[in-house]
Amino acid sequence: MEMKAITQCWGPSGREGKISELIKSEAEKYADEVYTDALGNLIAHKKGSEKKIMLAAHMDEIGVVVTYIDENGFLRFSNIGGVYIKRLLNRRVEFANGVIGVIDTESDNKEMKLSKMFIDIGASTKAEAESKVSVGDMAVFVGDYIETDSVIISKALDNRIGCAALLEVMERASGDNDVYFCFTAQEEVGLRGAKAVAYSVAPEYALAVDVTDTGDTPSADKMAVKLGGGAAVKVMDRSVICNADVRSLLIELAKRDGIPYQLEVMTDGGTDAGAIHTSRDGVKTGGVSIPTRYIHSPSEMASKADYNAAVKLLTAFCEYKF
Amino acid sequence: MYLKELCELDGVSGAENAVRSFITDKIKPYADSITVDAIGNIIALKKGKSSDKKVMLSAHTDEVGFIISGITDKGFLEFKTVGGIDTRVIISKRVRIGKNKLSGVIAMKAIHLQDKSERGKVPKVSSLYIDIGAKSREEAEEHVSLGDYAVFDADYELYGDTVKSKAIDDRAGCAILIELIKKDVQYDTYFCFMAQEEVGLRGAKIAVARVKPDIALVVEATTCADVSGAEEKDYVTSLGKGAAVSFADRSTIVREDFYRNLLRVASEEKISVQTKMALAGGNDAGAIHLAVGGIKCASVSVPCRYIHSPCGIAAVSDIEAVYRLADAFLNRIDEFLE
Repeated sequence: MEMKAITQCWGPSGREGKISELIKSEAEKYADEVYTDALGNLIAHKKGSEKKIMLAAHMDEIGVVVTYIDENGFLRFSNIGGVYIKRLLNRRVEFANGVIGVIDTESDNKEMKLSKMFIDIGASTKAEAESKVSVGDMAVFVGDYIETDSVIISKALDNRIGCAALLEVMERASGDNDVYFCFTAQEEVGLRGAKAVAYSVAPEYALAVDVTDTGDTPSADKMAVKLGGGAAVKVMDRSVICNADVRSLLIELAKRDGIPYQLEVMTDGGTDAGAIHTSRDGVKTGGVSIPTRYIHSPSEMASKADYNAAVKLLTAFCEYKF
Repeated sequence: MYLKELCELDGVSGAENAVRSFITDKIKPYADSITVDAIGNIIALKKGKSSDKKVMLSAHTDEVGFIISGITDKGFLEFKTVGGIDTRVIISKRVRIGKNKLSGVIAMKAIHLQDKSERGKVPKVSSLYIDIGAKSREEAEEHVSLGDYAVFDADYELYGDTVKSKAIDDRAGCAILIELIKKDVQYDTYFCFMAQEEVGLRGAKIAVARVKPDIALVVEATTCADVSGAEEKDYVTSLGKGAAVSFADRSTIVREDFYRNLLRVASEEKISVQTKMALAGGNDAGAIHLAVGGIKCASVSVPCRYIHSPCGIAAVSDIEAVYRLADAFLNRIDEFLE
């Protein structure tokens, strides 16, 4: 699938209908069955007789939700997921129906509190605003898609790049394993979709496929991961310590196939692996990540080479005879 | 409705026995089976015309309170809060302690003895104590043991359309469920009275694994900040404006179809409703919707000012609206299961 279409598609946590439909249209070409559950997870199953494997990539993105509309048509809002409140000024947001708004603040807001910010959709009265947007409606951040020789820049690379990888692996992978490609909902608000789908799928092995931070920008916080350094094999993040056998297998496969890889220890943030590995009796869980700069901004940046490496590594994992 | 009786019962998280006995007694004539599980949830099954689907209604029995954690040489009781309580509301409040409902007062150093920096600050719970009038550790120990619970000692009062009481959160929900179980239902319906919500949705997590419903509705009490000094944008809910329907809170994002259906049904049934206008708080829906592979779940709540205090204030008309919306949910359940 075109990276532009999948990253630009609208889908904040809990409102993944559009992105789910888009992914479904592609997944149906390669999977034996494609279905959704009560949480809005999309599950594409490629049947096999050997090991039951789950690959999870979340399809939701961060955003905002309208909590109040004032008499002059300005919207008050709350965050959906990990939004950097202090960087919100003059960001553009887009609602499901295409309405665009601009975020600004009351003048007295030195501490940059969310409660003093508002969204301006160009309405001049409450009635006009309410004809376009309701309390409870969500919006996502606007961030155009740009592609250079080496990198992709867009909103929601976290984690549509993971979704794109899963679709590509689904198309390529052969072998006898029983593979569930899970496009999870509500990761950004606490790994919620993954919790439900890990229970219903009950896999033996699982990989979370997501973006990870990098430590290679000027005076960045210390982190070994570099943009362009290859697919990141997760060792741990705040939500999981990866199963040692899974980690070793990923490294072994990368070496075998000459796939560039690097090891990832992410001290900030968790992934769906956190919810999956403690499901039911426990699941042997690891992660393959795509290094990404400026995560949760409208201009996330990832390397095309790293993406291709991740697709190769995930394909090798799905085809592996355990 | 048994709101007064329920609010007056003591049932801090983990010690919901009195509430549980009362509810069990009232629902016995109407339930087809009643199970009390290991954590103390009541799971009452009302058989439906059909057993094709399982429906869950949920309210929690526990309330916020205190637990005695120490006794000083002078006979004062040290305590910890159970559930989310603002320290500012508890000073000088009366409490009842233990099974014998011993009277005590939450106390702190008198203003004369506080230095300037102390006067401007919210005191820590660890600097407060409960005074039961005992003169020594030995005397206190005759009446109180470590681990005894204490609960706000506050009267239930009704002024016109307004109820003032402790524990409206969530005895209002319990009172509503007790009325609803009397009626016929379409599908097998599990009326669940959950323990230990206030300490982290613990009872619900267990009950939902047992029931495995197809759909669930949580009947709750929620924050209401339509008060002096607040701006309308920060009200969350308003007293007397009807049942509060949540699109999301800190624990749950409600499915859009479920949320919109509740608003639509309320409108068609002429039930007054309001949208909860913030992502504040969480409730048992947080545990329910993630369980056993994911469950359709929403909440309908009674707005309650000064929630988690001895004097919560709610509107009788709002409680009635929540009852009617939960009733409509059951009566029109097929529209929600689609």
